[in-house]
Amino acid sequence: MDFGPYLFFASLEGAVTSAVLALIAVGLSLVFGIMRVVNVAHGEFYMLGAVFAWYVTSLIGGHPAIGFVTALIIAPLLVGLLAAAADYLILQRIEYDPERTIVATIGLLYIIQQSTLMGFGPDARPVEAPFNERIALPWFEFGESGFAMTWPWGFSTTSYKLAVIAAAVVLLLLLWLVLSRTRIGLVMRATQLDKDMATAHGIPVAKVYALVFGLGAALAALGAVLVVPIQQAHYLMGGEPLLLAFIVVIIGGLGSLPGTVVAAVLIGLSDGIISVFFTPTLAKIIATLLVAFVLVFRPQGLFGKHLA
Amino acid sequence: MKSWLQHTFMHALVLVGLAALFFVLSEYHAGNLARIMIFAVYAMGYNIMFGYTGLLSLGHALFFSAGLYGLTLSMHLLNIPAAFALVLGILASIIVSGVVGFFALRTRGVAFMIVTLMFAQAGFLAILLAGKYTRGDEGIVLAQATRSIGSIDLSDATTRYFAAYLLFALAYGFCAYLVQSGFGRTLIGIRENEERAQMLGYNVQRHKWIAVVISGTLSGLAGAAFALLWGYAGATFATVQYSIYPLLYVLLGGAGTLIGPLLGTAFMFYLIDFASEITPAYMLIAGVTLIALTLFLPHGLAGELRRRWLRWLP
Amino acid sequence: MANNIKDIGRRQTLKTLALGAGAVAASNTLPGLMGHTQAASSDPIKVGFQVHRTGIGAAYGRWYDRTTEAVVARINAEGGINGRPVEIVAEDDGTDPKRGAEVVEKFATQHSCDVSFGTLFSHVVYGSSPRAGELKMPYFVVSEGHHVASGALNRYTLQPGITDVKSQVEAMGPFIAENLGKKVTMIYPDFAFGHDHRDYFSAAFEAQGGTILEKIAIPPTETSFTRYFPKIPRDTEVVYHVMVGPAVLTFVKEMGEFFGPSRPEIFGFIDSLEAVDLASPGLEFLEGTYFWEGNPRYAQENNSEFDTAFREAVGVDNNGASVTDAKDISTYGHMFGCWETMYIIKAGMEACNYQGPKDRASLIEAVEAMSDMPHSMEHPQGAKRFNGKTHQTFGHQYISQFEGGRLNVVHTTSIEDTLYEDEVDYTKQSF
Repeated sequence: MDFGPYLFFASLEGAVTSAVLALIAVGLSLVFGIMRVVNVAHGEFYMLGAVFAWYVTSLIGGHPAIGFVTALIIAPLLVGLLAAAADYLILQRIEYDPERTIVATIGLLYIIQQSTLMGFGPDARPVEAPFNERIALPWFEFGESGFAMTWPWGFSTTSYKLAVIAAAVVLLLLLWLVLSRTRIGLVMRATQLDKDMATAHGIPVAKVYALVFGLGAALAALGAVLVVPIQQAHYLMGGEPLLLAFIVVIIGGLGSLPGTVVAAVLIGLSDGIISVFFTPTLAKIIATLLVAFVLVFRPQGLFGKHLA
Repeated sequence: MKSWLQHTFMHALVLVGLAALFFVLSEYHAGNLARIMIFAVYAMGYNIMFGYTGLLSLGHALFFSAGLYGLTLSMHLLNIPAAFALVLGILASIIVSGVVGFFALRTRGVAFMIVTLMFAQAGFLAILLAGKYTRGDEGIVLAQATRSIGSIDLSDATTRYFAAYLLFALAYGFCAYLVQSGFGRTLIGIRENEERAQMLGYNVQRHKWIAVVISGTLSGLAGAAFALLWGYAGATFATVQYSIYPLLYVLLGGAGTLIGPLLGTAFMFYLIDFASEITPAYMLIAGVTLIALTLFLPHGLAGELRRRWLRWLP
Repeated sequence: MANNIKDIGRRQTLKTLALGAGAVAASNTLPGLMGHTQAASSDPIKVGFQVHRTGIGAAYGRWYDRTTEAVVARINAEGGINGRPVEIVAEDDGTDPKRGAEVVEKFATQHSCDVSFGTLFSHVVYGSSPRAGELKMPYFVVSEGHHVASGALNRYTLQPGITDVKSQVEAMGPFIAENLGKKVTMIYPDFAFGHDHRDYFSAAFEAQGGTILEKIAIPPTETSFTRYFPKIPRDTEVVYHVMVGPAVLTFVKEMGEFFGPSRPEIFGFIDSLEAVDLASPGLEFLEGTYFWEGNPRYAQENNSEFDTAFREAVGVDNNGASVTDAKDISTYGHMFGCWETMYIIKAGMEACNYQGPKDRASLIEAVEAMSDMPHSMEHPQGAKRFNGKTHQTFGHQYISQFEGGRLNVVHTTSIEDTLYEDEVDYTKQSF
């Protein structure tokens, strides 16, 4: 493939990564921003979203779209409830102590992973996309014979991938509306700003925390349901997105939701674009070091304020 | 004065106890304990940074691997004798932790976690990229004949145990000395209140940097010793998982305690070993146990001992 | 305690000590040492089975487990080994080389196993093999790695039941050059297994007058692949792919979406789709492409009676899926290795009249003395030729074409096609 189309192609692929990553990372960022804890099990909630999606779609027959839409509602809901229960049963009881939360969520990670292995099994299982047409893309350039449209070999995407990008944009806008325009969003922001003050004003902080933890996990699960027709459900799929989401949240500036979204786009795109110029593993190394050095020279993240 | 006596008594108990255990335990458990001691050195290194200085790193597998590969590659590719290769392994971890510390310490908190994690990921991928020399994930087997120092065969069960014991004792003694030295007390001061330490005129950055290098070097020593004693090095040891282990060991055993890393390492090892005999779903048991520990023993095993009964525990 | 105290002496000392110290300590720390002082002739032969129950190898581990259970049931029904029943002691290694070594140690010193067996993933073999050598514990791996034959391991490590990647790959060269094309682009994982493919295939293919246009190594942490496909040169005639791990299905599916209607010839290793249902959405594009298979997943028209019986014993239907769940696809291209290896352990033990751990060296020698093994119930995948010097077996390789949603064998290589020069002579090493 020529350089121009290749760059565009890699960016488009990067955009799909960005879209899913943004959902997962915004979930993590909410928990991070409001509750100030590192949830190591976040990737497992993502994985559960994909696994539940598989169960739902394989139970419901008919057109794949029916099962998929059902999964889109049920999987995040179940995962959210599960996470809220974990918050109530465990995290609340250890008072969100940062270090103990790490150990407890590692424990949670083991439990979720092993239960999935026993129930769902070790295989990667596919979920059929509601629609998935290959779309060959044209390329325009000025050649010797003037302006021309060509169809480069392999230059294509799928309708489903484009839909994932659109769906992520819509979902993130919805989330933004909820957080900025509704009472529940106001309560969350108040809790984030000052927990004690919120308590004094009669906000049930414990319930808000459970809600936030559940919502964060549900967003990860939502990202997983969207991605599972592209990738497949597998019990170890949570590790990589956890790392990426973690990076995105920090690069975006802790707790800053717009920053998180922009960082997700940057990370997704740069991952795609760097892969054009180097061999795959070298590209990964460069992308990884890039993240490290961005933080070394801008420790508060790209959009964070100067905080600790 | 009393606490000095108590400390000495505890150190003697730990060191004599570990030596004596070899004669009591079965071959299998003695072999396990040798491994546990080496990984406890790794955890003690981690504890210097995390427990005593308050720096949470997610990239210690890089330091462990620096020692592991420093020794293995010099023995395997350059035919350097084991004793000298051990020195090279330690040297490699000093350099790597020096460089990582230099950059990473410009950040703090969660950003520090990410930066260390990213350096370690880059290191892991670099091991794969250099597959021609490292054989990537498959790794390298060190020939049994080369694994000896002088005429001492380190692949023999007894010498291996006491070599591990020797390294553990050295690291333990060093840490015991460090934490009660002026330098160690400054580190604790930084952990408790960094601004105050700064105002008192301590060069906080420099102290932290030295702590990272000491921590990285102990981790690298553990890595080099592991490769030498068990004869294998592979990219698995550079994965995130192996960065999480020392954190887990230290938190379970008790951060900022001298004996905690050993307790945590042993606890985690036998938790998996016993649970896996009862059920194939042993990770379920491990997960539940970890959660139960955070609920009921919030300061880790040694931390809880110190809080409840032995306030003098170092 | 000094080195010169032998096993038995140590055991006796410990036993006395433990009895003196009390029963609690004894039952906790010394269970393996009780009951093993003298193996009576009816005591079971204990085979330590290192199995990937968790971690990246779990999909393979489950089927290795089922195959092993099936073969042991069959051997025991036939009267066991030397009249003694076989007992499997299975331990999960988490597909981790450190735990793998610990598990081998546990087999030797805690469970008092006679031999250890069954490892698949190469890094676990590498991690465990030094311990097996030191403990003088015969270690029969079922891994298809080139590690054993490369000379990197030791006299106690053998791979008699499955062929290695070097012979598999080299035997594919002529078929691809003659039937598919002379210009190849390779896509493989960027770790040792992938590097073996890269090195051995490119050498074999260039010897056939072909050229490798591009070598695309994918980092193992990758979960999406589309952005790497434009690196495939336009004049590629054949894409050669081999991937392992949970993302294999994504890989193959995305490759199909990339090429659309104008794909080159595609030759893959079944590893790219092992344990994956070929009816999965997105795999239709594979129609007409070729796969290497270690053992044909779909029962063929002229299926051998041995393969049919093997399927029945393990519980696999004619499509390579579990008889109880048609969606549960086996790792058919690899798992036969457990069956064949267990029969080789049996044959070796019977040849040397194996009595107990003191005969371990004789067992190794007995296996080293083996050579041709006919296609039989003991070797349902096909005939084998074992090389005692390199501790590696050689056998037929299958090339299948994807037709109508199933794989049909179109070519079977001879054993001679897969041979290469010895790289080591383990028999020269002392025990």
